[in-house]
Amino acid sequence: MPPRTLSVNGRQVTVDVEDDVRLLWVLRDLLKINGPKYGCGINVCKACTSHINGRAFNPCSVPVGRIRPTDEITTIEGLPDTVGADLHPMQEAWIDRDVPQCGYCQPGQIMAAVDLVRKVKAEGGSVTDDDIDEIRNMCACGTYARIREAIKQGAENM
Amino acid sequence: MPGKHHTAPRPPRRPIANKRSATTGPPTGMHRRRFLGYLIAAPTLAVGAKLTGDSLLSAEALPSPAPEVSEVYDLSDLLLDSTRPTANLITVVVNSDGTVSFTIPRAESGQGITTTAAMLIAEEMGIDVSDVTVDLADARPELLFNQQTQGSASVISIYTPVRVAAALARGRLVEAAATILGDEAENLRTTAGRVLSTGGSSIPFAELAAAAANEVTREAVTELKAVDEFEIIGKGQRRDDVVAAVTGRKKYTMDLDVPDALPTMIARPPTIKGTVESVNNLAQVRGMPGVTDVVEISTDAEPGRGTTSSAVAVRARTFGQCIDAVNALDITWGRGNVDGESDASILEQLRAADAPANLPSPGPVDEVGGRLPLVTEPVGDVLDGVGAVETIDQEFVFYWRSNAAMEPNVAIADVRDGEAEVWTPSQIPIVTQTQLAQVLDLPQSQVTVHVPRGGGAFGRRLFSDAALDAARVSKKVGKPVRLMWHRADECRAGRVHPMCISRVRATYSPTAGEVVSFEQRHTSVATDYTESFGDMITSQAAKLPFANELTLSQTVFLLTASVPYDLGAIALGYNEIFDFDRFATGSVRNLNNQDFRPAQELVVDQLAERLGEDRLEFRRDRVEDERAKAVLEAVRDQGGWGEDLPEGVAQGVVVHNEYKGSVAVLAEVDTRPATAEREIPGATTGPRVRKVTVAVDVGLPINPLGLKAQMEGGVMTGIAHVFTGSLHLRDGNFLEGSWDDYRYTRHWNAPPEIDVIVMPPSGDRPGGAGELAVGAATAAVACAYARAVGEMPTSFPIGHTKDVPFEVKDFVPPLPPSPTDGLEAYPAPSAAGPAFNPAS
Repeated sequence: MPPRTLSVNGRQVTVDVEDDVRLLWVLRDLLKINGPKYGCGINVCKACTSHINGRAFNPCSVPVGRIRPTDEITTIEGLPDTVGADLHPMQEAWIDRDVPQCGYCQPGQIMAAVDLVRKVKAEGGSVTDDDIDEIRNMCACGTYARIREAIKQGAENM
Repeated sequence: MPGKHHTAPRPPRRPIANKRSATTGPPTGMHRRRFLGYLIAAPTLAVGAKLTGDSLLSAEALPSPAPEVSEVYDLSDLLLDSTRPTANLITVVVNSDGTVSFTIPRAESGQGITTTAAMLIAEEMGIDVSDVTVDLADARPELLFNQQTQGSASVISIYTPVRVAAALARGRLVEAAATILGDEAENLRTTAGRVLSTGGSSIPFAELAAAAANEVTREAVTELKAVDEFEIIGKGQRRDDVVAAVTGRKKYTMDLDVPDALPTMIARPPTIKGTVESVNNLAQVRGMPGVTDVVEISTDAEPGRGTTSSAVAVRARTFGQCIDAVNALDITWGRGNVDGESDASILEQLRAADAPANLPSPGPVDEVGGRLPLVTEPVGDVLDGVGAVETIDQEFVFYWRSNAAMEPNVAIADVRDGEAEVWTPSQIPIVTQTQLAQVLDLPQSQVTVHVPRGGGAFGRRLFSDAALDAARVSKKVGKPVRLMWHRADECRAGRVHPMCISRVRATYSPTAGEVVSFEQRHTSVATDYTESFGDMITSQAAKLPFANELTLSQTVFLLTASVPYDLGAIALGYNEIFDFDRFATGSVRNLNNQDFRPAQELVVDQLAERLGEDRLEFRRDRVEDERAKAVLEAVRDQGGWGEDLPEGVAQGVVVHNEYKGSVAVLAEVDTRPATAEREIPGATTGPRVRKVTVAVDVGLPINPLGLKAQMEGGVMTGIAHVFTGSLHLRDGNFLEGSWDDYRYTRHWNAPPEIDVIVMPPSGDRPGGAGELAVGAATAAVACAYARAVGEMPTSFPIGHTKDVPFEVKDFVPPLPPSPTDGLEAYPAPSAAGPAFNPAS
């Protein structure tokens, strides 16, 4: 198998791996980028939510062969760089509200929240409770109430 | 209470002030008690704490066996008494850079115990919380029962020992500084990591750590800050790992860089606790891309004493290749442990179970369907003075629930050269270490168990399954492994809250307007307490206020079950079916009260209604605990109890006492069609809890921000328990194979409005929080739903007996393959079906 080039968090990386391995495992097991978490492997829990070319997706369900060298993958580790700061405003809001409990799902929650806010802003609106109701990201600790408040707060600074 | 009934009337309850005088008291005006600790010989300052005869929960006069033991001696007492003998083995260290380290023998899985410990230390030492680092201890067998994380007992058990250790450390630093500054120690104070003299000069802890160190270990006496001097305790503190968590830098077990520990996953049998008969294509699977090893392993969860089962493990370069290889295996499977059992057959066996053994004078065998006999007289009695007595007789059914956390069962193991090193977020690392030694045939001293921070626990990590799996594979292949359960394993081979029924018989006198008797009998599939409470209960048996002949489960039941209301003569009973490990069972963020209390509270609502009383005032009039009364009043006043609501929207309210705390939950449920029938693809819609008000009194709240988080989480769990969070047992295994099948609370179910009121301190000690809200929230939501639809649900979750709302994933091959359309399917997954309304 020929070496494959990916663009992850603004860096070009090269990896030897079969085409059908899902991107989540390439990130975690081979590149040691551990922010995206495994929660189900079938795109229902959303713990691995990351961005591709600025939009949210779930790398557990994308064979690495479908990723082009020009695609820009952003994981939670690369999110602050997208705003040129140490922390993204959504992360700041998360800290301010002390959202996490165990924290395992939170990288995915934040990446989903940023995507949602980008989407509603692009459509000229602002994020509503109904929008937040449709976020699928699962949290077994039950941090949903704080996430709801943090998304609204983070959106104000995005 | 006049009357003729078979149950012995409950002894009169003592007023709360007397009952709790040993544990709580007014927050101010306390005399200072002296505590003994150890100054430990070490290069820099290290101190330990020892609890003396000045015990905070010294044995009270315990009653003979009687209902509601939990009011006098409860699970928290058991857990605290079990940690007491080893509390002096907990040490606080002042480092040469002036920071303070504490290695806590507890699991941190999101509950916030490391943050709490840092606050306690910072408070006593007069330093910033951020200058305290709290790490998790490896398994330390010398700690005996003082290294387990369960029963919401962590704060209760570390509160005094950690403060004593910190106070001793501060005292030694001040003594060392006094010598250098040429001042009297009592003139010095500490702030921001420095010792200050009255003259304004100061020395940083960093320069004192070595000078304050002890050459020999010796006992020392210290005093602790009084409650009214607290500056940190009682103020909200963000989690110590919040920045790491939101930046992806927080390291969970699978994020640790252990060289050559390659991903490993397991092919499990199609029915619960099945066994491998043969693997028919080993060579082929060993040759698949990325695969390094394929081996058969035992998966016995209780080495040496339980049922046997086995499986096939695959080690590969990536977990993706593990999944593919697991699914490519052609395995001939033997029978499982419960083949042929389904929800219906279990329900039949629960109903047929014998009467509990731990109640006085069991009544005559019930003539109705051979069910459990209840003690109190059936309908139609007439009591002297109160006239006709009427009866409510109701059975409630609670189906299986999963305690799976977001981070699955995980462990890294390196078993080579007569040694084992294991990383796993265990709630019971000493038990894990013992079991590993047993299955690896190694001395316990050759087994190291590290405890990384966990991604949720909820009782699942009270069992060592993943560590045993990983160690067995590593030993067989002679290489390190990074083992993770697939999500399908979490549903089908993981721990479950046992299916159970609760029967309630309440009698009341409409003439007198009083409840005459209240009896509740709980019958459950056996809960496996062997790894959590088993040895602890045995060791404390002499202290427990009931006879030794009770089963472990009955003991746990009596330590936890409560009826917070005066409901006349009260009788409680617990019985179970099957061996302890027929099913892999355990707690689900709570033990019995998540079923026991909802059944009880639904009947309390019925009683209030039949006696023509407001449901909240009915409860408030009958709680004897002032703290319970106060939390009820708080939710009444701040939650808008009794306000006008549209038809189809209703409130439910309950109060619950456990873990030395008291919590009231007021929930408002909207069942109107516009809400219940909303469409989100693949979602559980249906009735929506739209507002929740919680008031919580834990005695002395340490970190209100974290305490609120625990209450919020408990509410989310309670919502799932009422509507859709369950596993369906069919022919020897559970149908659910992932999240979405198992419908835990999601954003679309979470209440848009949730308010948690932390009551001012009502005592000088903290209670537990992690599980406190679960039973109360489940009950309050159930009561609200019953009121909103005008019909009391009797089977939980209410959606369980509706059609199975998902396509059942294959059992062979065992793992659902990862989809390939992740670039197109967002936010809904490609397989998302229509929304499911559990109430329709």
